[in-house]
Amino acid sequence: MERPVSKLQRLLEEGKFVFTVELQPPKNASKEEVRKKLSAIKDFADAVNLTDCSTASVSMSSLAASLITLEEGFEPVWQMTCRDRNRIALQAEILGAYALGVRNLLCMTGDHPLVGDHPQAKPVYDLDSVQLLSLVKGLEEGKFFNGKPLKGERPCFFLGAVENPFATPLHFRVLRLKKKALAGARFIQTQGIFNLKKFERFLRLAEEEGILEKVFLIAGIIPPRSFKMLKYMKERVPGMDIPDEWIKRMASARDQREEGIKIAVEIGKALKEMKGVRGLHIMLIGWEEALPEIVKALR
Amino acid sequence: MIVTRPKPLEEVLSFLKGFRKILVLGCRGCVAIYHVGGDKEAKALAQKLSQKGFEASSKSVLRQCDPRYLKDLKEELSQFDAVLSLACGVGVVTFAEMFSEIPVYPGVDTLFCGAQVERGVFQEKCRACGNCLLHLTAGLCPVALCPKGLLNGPCGGSSEGRCEVNPNKPCVWEEIIKRLEKQGRLEELLELFPPRDYSLAEGNSPREYVHGKASK
Ligand code: SF4
Repeated sequence: MERPVSKLQRLLEEGKFVFTVELQPPKNASKEEVRKKLSAIKDFADAVNLTDCSTASVSMSSLAASLITLEEGFEPVWQMTCRDRNRIALQAEILGAYALGVRNLLCMTGDHPLVGDHPQAKPVYDLDSVQLLSLVKGLEEGKFFNGKPLKGERPCFFLGAVENPFATPLHFRVLRLKKKALAGARFIQTQGIFNLKKFERFLRLAEEEGILEKVFLIAGIIPPRSFKMLKYMKERVPGMDIPDEWIKRMASARDQREEGIKIAVEIGKALKEMKGVRGLHIMLIGWEEALPEIVKALR
Repeated sequence: MIVTRPKPLEEVLSFLKGFRKILVLGCRGCVAIYHVGGDKEAKALAQKLSQKGFEASSKSVLRQCDPRYLKDLKEELSQFDAVLSLACGVGVVTFAEMFSEIPVYPGVDTLFCGAQVERGVFQEKCRACGNCLLHLTAGLCPVALCPKGLLNGPCGGSSEGRCEVNPNKPCVWEEIIKRLEKQGRLEELLELFPPRDYSLAEGNSPREYVHGKASK
């Protein structure tokens, strides 16, 4: 077997249960802020995902934040979307990122500018996430996207993709996951999971299709910080599936933060038990303080 | 068909400030069918302009996008200070290219290639991208109808048939999947769709096509 190119890959291949954490780079030019956020996460994650202007709103570049992460001696998962770059810019950045030491790359389509803070922006989407995966794979095999040979050192990443097991149509989600695996994805991070039953069904379908042998599946958790936030996500965030039992529990909780952590841990434990789940991806959405308790309870 | 929308009168007036004799030039093509810029609309607008103190008259040609129907205007134009065209952008530009002396202003905004799905409701159906892929997508166009133009859709935000970007619109990819499934063709979607060739689309302007030759 080929040698793993990143720590995340090595841990997964060794069969370790991994924890990844999502970090949103600051909406300013402060390296210090990135460092601070990292130091709060560092001891509780095997790798940190740096988001690429999530919700199509400007923040520090995910590549820059990935490099700061490396400088801090920590492992980044560089998230890259197709929203803002054409195939020339995508390839240029991928080559540069590899040259600078980035090894985990998560390919996504990206939220549309219309839902972000610059709705007038030109949506690029020259490629989609599946095509981006095959672009990276091509570079690794020594060809540019136009088919011409890449001479000299080639990049080599631990390549990932995302999937939302709750978006519709459900059965096609599994086939699309297969497509991503065929295109080159080696690990998958999912959208935040609240509906465990539905997720389990998705997992079994993925297993039947033989996908779980091809990719490492890292299941997403979003710790609910408050009743309000959970309700907002249920009602407003497309593709979120939040069963009422969690909403009710948050609504009647005396201490919502405590209850939120409890719920995250419960979900995490249930996911950890499921065959085919190889790690957890924790999306804190600004609630960094919750991380230590959650990870300690789940490790 | 090319779908257009009349510009607000105030905007038109702001263009025409300083001119006196105006020709409102209608077109009997798409804009006439949809009652935006045909004979009647050109006449009505000329009347409005006259009420605002202009000396305005109206006229329509069969198609402003065809130089053959424009060339006879030449002499007449010398009587006017400016032309307000109610044709789509193609018509305005064709006119401007033919007659460089007289200022021409657009009276409508050109919106998209679309269909009238019910009376007065127009929807975009095609982006004129230059490499039609409808044979792969059950006849529905993701380039025009998916806000992200995805070829390997749907994205992670489609929910119960709705699009995450415009929740009041259907997700075209869900529709494509439904149709292909009904036709027993779902496995066709397992193929990776190659990326689009933008040298056939907006990456190459102006596009030109010579009948009988490959376009580019
Ligand atoms: S929900 Fe469907 S139509 Fe909307 S952006 Fe995603 S794939 Fe495209």
